[in-house]
Amino acid sequence: MADYEGPVPEPTPETEDFWDGAKRGELRLQQCDDCKNVIFPPRPFCPGCASRSVSSFTASGRAKLYSYVINHRPPRGFGPDPHAIAIVELDEGPRMMSNIIDCEQTPEALVLDMPLEVAFTPITDEISLPKFRPVGG
Amino acid sequence: MEPRSVAIVGAAETTDLGRIPGLSQIQLHADAALNAMQDCGISPGEIDGVATAGETPANIAHYLGITPTWVDGTAVGGCSFMLHVRHAAAAINEGLCDVALVTHGESGRSRVGSGRYAAAPASLAGQYEAPYGLSGPPSMFTLGVLRYMKETGLTHEQLASVSVVQREWAALNPRSTFKDPITVEDVLNSRMIAYPFRLLQCCLVTDGGGALILVSKERARDFPTKPVYLLGTGESVETPMISQMEDMTTSRAFRVAGSKAFGEAGITHDEVDHVMIYDAFAHLPLYGLEDLGFVGRGEAGSFIEARNTAPGGTLPVNTNGGGLSYMHSGMYGMYALQESVRQMRGTAPAQVPDAKISVCHGVGGMFMASGTIIMTNE
Repeated sequence: MADYEGPVPEPTPETEDFWDGAKRGELRLQQCDDCKNVIFPPRPFCPGCASRSVSSFTASGRAKLYSYVINHRPPRGFGPDPHAIAIVELDEGPRMMSNIIDCEQTPEALVLDMPLEVAFTPITDEISLPKFRPVGG
Repeated sequence: MEPRSVAIVGAAETTDLGRIPGLSQIQLHADAALNAMQDCGISPGEIDGVATAGETPANIAHYLGITPTWVDGTAVGGCSFMLHVRHAAAAINEGLCDVALVTHGESGRSRVGSGRYAAAPASLAGQYEAPYGLSGPPSMFTLGVLRYMKETGLTHEQLASVSVVQREWAALNPRSTFKDPITVEDVLNSRMIAYPFRLLQCCLVTDGGGALILVSKERARDFPTKPVYLLGTGESVETPMISQMEDMTTSRAFRVAGSKAFGEAGITHDEVDHVMIYDAFAHLPLYGLEDLGFVGRGEAGSFIEARNTAPGGTLPVNTNGGGLSYMHSGMYGMYALQESVRQMRGTAPAQVPDAKISVCHGVGGMFMASGTIIMTNE
């Protein structure tokens, strides 16, 4: 955590529940009470049907690797080695950007559609980032 | 828009392209605007509409001495100028202005008088993308390509062939930054930037600008230049966060803008003689060819590899060399428009013989926005 020099998310009223959950080790998503659409990133309404009735819930944390690049020019604070920037598809439907941890950062090790599970990485006292690691890896 | 109701009568780029440390960003706008005014023989006092991105319309109008009755500051990244052309056509047809000027200038390389982009920490991109070790567009715009490769069978060699073919076009253009021929092997041996993308699959970073002047078809007869008529136009936006695209192997914004423009133009793809597809990275022409409907799903890689878009091919694409070899200031859309105008005027360095219809397609942000302009010289 002390090493992190990258951009730090600044929660807004609409995203507080997500970041509070991340700090507790929970991946929070929202679902529309009316049309059951699963919503990410957080907002207090449904972009599918415009209902203002949405509820937060703790997601399973399970995902699969949808796509990625391996960044060979890491920014300051990300160490000298190439690292993967990934798009993961959550079991509940939404996709999100993340990093893949506990895994070689190579095309051979990073196989599309491989099963993943969420693991939270604290970067400040208040903010923990959802990252993903191979299931059973 | 009524097809052919509005024409581009003035078009020019900055006097120089590439490294221009002696001009600030706003002066690059002005240099291009003055060249475009000279191109069609008018003065700032005759211009009453201003559209721009990167600078505000107020900055440009005041700097150039224009008193506008219509302004447009739509800023959706590199295709903003396609949207400006579309909006200018609507404004002219509605009588909001008579002579519209669209300007672009960007000190992308020398960074004189230009800002830097970073997502605000409280924005959604700042919260849900920025912390994951991004190094700008090369590490983000490219994120969907491995998925595209898995779903369509696109090979690394086919993706590399995009850069090879565009270098062939660039070799025919004296103003291109890079002209030396390259091979698929050269591309695949160039420095890794963000796997699977290597240096020769990423655009240049240069300084430059461009400007366009539009009037009604009736006014166009008063100008000395060959009018280039707008035949169809389209625009859309999808998401400011690439991670939130509906499908990372195809652009919704491309499909919406493209089909709108083709519908308005009332043409089929077979009638198109020339195509520009904004190529910040080598996969964009693939997405563009498919999402605009020139080829089917997953066919673009083999289509380009088979030299259909190369010099002498059936569908010339990115005939200036593109963002990969010609120039790329950051918001490249203006240069794609300039090349389409040159092709329609018959003055392009790599002129497509008898070209009558040009499709010019732009992207903004990283699949955030899109604009399509179809032009004709008939």
